[in-house]
Amino acid sequence: MAESKELQAKEKMGVHVSAEQTKPGPVFTPNVDIFETEKEIIMLADIPGVKSEDLVIDLRDDTLTFTGDVKPTESPGAENILIEYQVGSYYRQFKLAEMIDQKKIDAALNNGVLRLTLPKVEKTMPRQITVKAG
Amino acid sequence: MIIKRLFDLPNYGWRGAFDDLERARREMDSLFGQVAGKAYWPSHAGVFPLVNVAEDPDHFFIRSEIPGMKSEEISISAAGRNLSISGERKIASEGADVRYHRREREDGKFSRVIALPSDVQIDKIEAGYIDGILSIKIPKSEAAKPKQITVK
Repeated sequence: MAESKELQAKEKMGVHVSAEQTKPGPVFTPNVDIFETEKEIIMLADIPGVKSEDLVIDLRDDTLTFTGDVKPTESPGAENILIEYQVGSYYRQFKLAEMIDQKKIDAALNNGVLRLTLPKVEKTMPRQITVKAG
Repeated sequence: MIIKRLFDLPNYGWRGAFDDLERARREMDSLFGQVAGKAYWPSHAGVFPLVNVAEDPDHFFIRSEIPGMKSEEISISAAGRNLSISGERKIASEGADVRYHRREREDGKFSRVIALPSDVQIDKIEAGYIDGILSIKIPKSEAAKPKQITVK
C-alpha cells in the first residue's frame, strides 16, 4: 500500500458575504467535496464545531446555500495564550445545474462533516431508450 | 500587567530554534498587511492540526479542529511538558461510478507536538471529541499554579 500523505496545515478561507452580516465574527468558506452519481448529487463539507441545530440549508430555485454558526466554546475564565485558528461561521453557496427533488434532500452531520444528499428529479435521470427495429 | 502583555504574544518564548525567524516573518506579515489595508491575521506553526491554547489558573485548554475523525482514531500522548496529537484522517471512497466535481477535503496523516509552558499533571489530562473539535483539558501541576500572596 502506498504511504499516505501528510496533512498540511491550512488557514481557513475567509469570505465576503454580499449581504451585511447581522452577527459579528468572521465567516469562512468550508472545504467541500461534490460528486454525482446517476441518481443524486452528494456534497461533503468540513464544518467543525457546527451543531445540527445551528446549520441552515436552503435551496431556492437552483441556488443552494448553507450556513453554519459556531458557538464559541471557550471555558469561562480562561485566557487565550495561543491562537492559530479563528472560530467563526461557515457559509457557502452553489448554483446547481440540475433539478433537485427538494422533498427528498437529506442532510447528516457527523463529527464536523456535513453530508448532503440531493436527489435528482426523475426526469433528469438518464434513461435507457431502446430503439426498436421497425 | 506590562509583563503579562509581553507574554500574551502568540507563541512568544515557547517554540524552538525558529522563534526569531518566525517572529520576523510575523512582523513582515503585519507590515505588509497594514500597507495592503488588510486586517492582520495571526500566524501559526504551520503544522496540522492548528491549535488554540487557553489557560486559567489551574488548567491549560487545547482545542483543535479535526473534522471527520472517529475519537478512537486520534491518539494523544503526554510526556513531561510535551503533548503529542497524532492520527490519520481518512476519506472513505465513494465507489468507482461517481463523478467528482470538486475535491477540496484532504486526507492524510498528522502528528504534532505541543510544548506547554509549565509542568502539568500528565495522568489527569482529559480529552473529548465533539462535532469535529478536539478539546484537551490539562491540569497544571501544583507547583505551576499561581499562588495568591497577601500583602501585609
